[in-house]
Amino acid sequence: MMQSMRYLRQGAVALVALALCTAALAQGQEAPDAMVKRVSQDVIATIKADPLVQAGDQARIREVMETKLLPHFDFARMTALAMGRNWRAATPEQQKRLIDEFRTLLVRTYSGALNKYRDETIEYKPLRMNPGDTDVTVRTAVVKPGGTPVQIDYSMSQTPSGWKSYDVIVGGVSLVTNYRDEFNEQIRSGGVDGLLKTLADKNKGAPAK
Amino acid sequence: MRRGASAALRLCAAVAAAALAGCATVPSQVDPLEPANRAMFEVHEVADKYVMKPVVEVYTTVVPKLVRTGVSNFFNNIDDLFSGINALLQGKPDKAGDDFGRVLLNTFVMGGIFDPASDLGIERGGEDFGQTFGVWGFPQGPYLFVPVIGPTTVRDGTGLLVRIYAGPVGFIGDVPTRNALYGIGAVDIRAQASDALSIADTAALDKYRFIRNAYLQRRQYLLHDGKVPPEKEEDE
Repeated sequence: MMQSMRYLRQGAVALVALALCTAALAQGQEAPDAMVKRVSQDVIATIKADPLVQAGDQARIREVMETKLLPHFDFARMTALAMGRNWRAATPEQQKRLIDEFRTLLVRTYSGALNKYRDETIEYKPLRMNPGDTDVTVRTAVVKPGGTPVQIDYSMSQTPSGWKSYDVIVGGVSLVTNYRDEFNEQIRSGGVDGLLKTLADKNKGAPAK
Repeated sequence: MRRGASAALRLCAAVAAAALAGCATVPSQVDPLEPANRAMFEVHEVADKYVMKPVVEVYTTVVPKLVRTGVSNFFNNIDDLFSGINALLQGKPDKAGDDFGRVLLNTFVMGGIFDPASDLGIERGGEDFGQTFGVWGFPQGPYLFVPVIGPTTVRDGTGLLVRIYAGPVGFIGDVPTRNALYGIGAVDIRAQASDALSIADTAALDKYRFIRNAYLQRRQYLLHDGKVPPEKEEDE
């Protein structure tokens, strides 16, 4: 009886310690909405000031993305979510290649979109987050003069290396959900290797079929 | 007697299994007309490449941005009026108030060419007949792809027909003016979609599917005013 009481107390102490550590870690980390704001403003300032980016220099755009933007995305989680139930059927080697190819595809897509940026402004919505939350949605809207605002939401989770985004939802269209159906279809017709081949071909510049 | 019952049971099981197997091979329940839709999509892609896209390119090069924004605002203003009507039909008086307020302000202050209401922060409702039918409980129906018009569903397409029938452009007696307005409206819509479509070209593994998924997600989002009930959790 005494023994079990002691274990219980030790367990409680350990839990409290863990909670304190997590809280300390959370405080040391930048809040997710502050991070989205800082990163997007930094990227916008860079592409506005950089003549190479304005001229559409893909290598320079890629470089800006790699250094400033991409470290804040969790591509492994994104890929796993887009794969859905198929993720566990893939071998570790296939998983690694899937993450690489999917990342390349997304970078290619968004570096094409990045130099279309002109005079849009970004609105940051208030964050709804409870203390201790490790998964939040940061809401923003891109406002184009003379256009209807486009809602862009970032699904974010807390990782040991700060908050990272694992899904982007543009006007209600989730990137991960959109790709889940595409991945499913590719796997249904050609297996995981079929999907890998389609992604690799696409990344080599083949047009969508 | 017992044998008869068990045979019936076995038959039921066989039928159920066949039905399930059938489900597995049917491409998708939202898009039962996929083969026909894909054919229409191919027609659309060709028409878009050789007609709509070049026209839009000329339009965006030749017509100054200020004028293009005016054209967008003009059509948006009419859409806002219908958004207000649909907000009322869906029992959303606040949204309807915003839309009607926008129309009054934009029409009488600026003739619908400028959009001071947006500068004042009055948001567009973005309601349409398709969403109203959804709120009333009509099923979405099969997905449809219509050349030039693009992705839709039976419910949204019906909404669009109601909108075209009710819209002010149809009442214009002078046929050339009416057709010109339809034409400019179409070019305006296509011009605004240009950036999104060029992203789809790079992003999609299968463009038909990519557009279908994006359209259906977008419509769910609009139907629920951005508060889509969470989907069933998929395995990670």
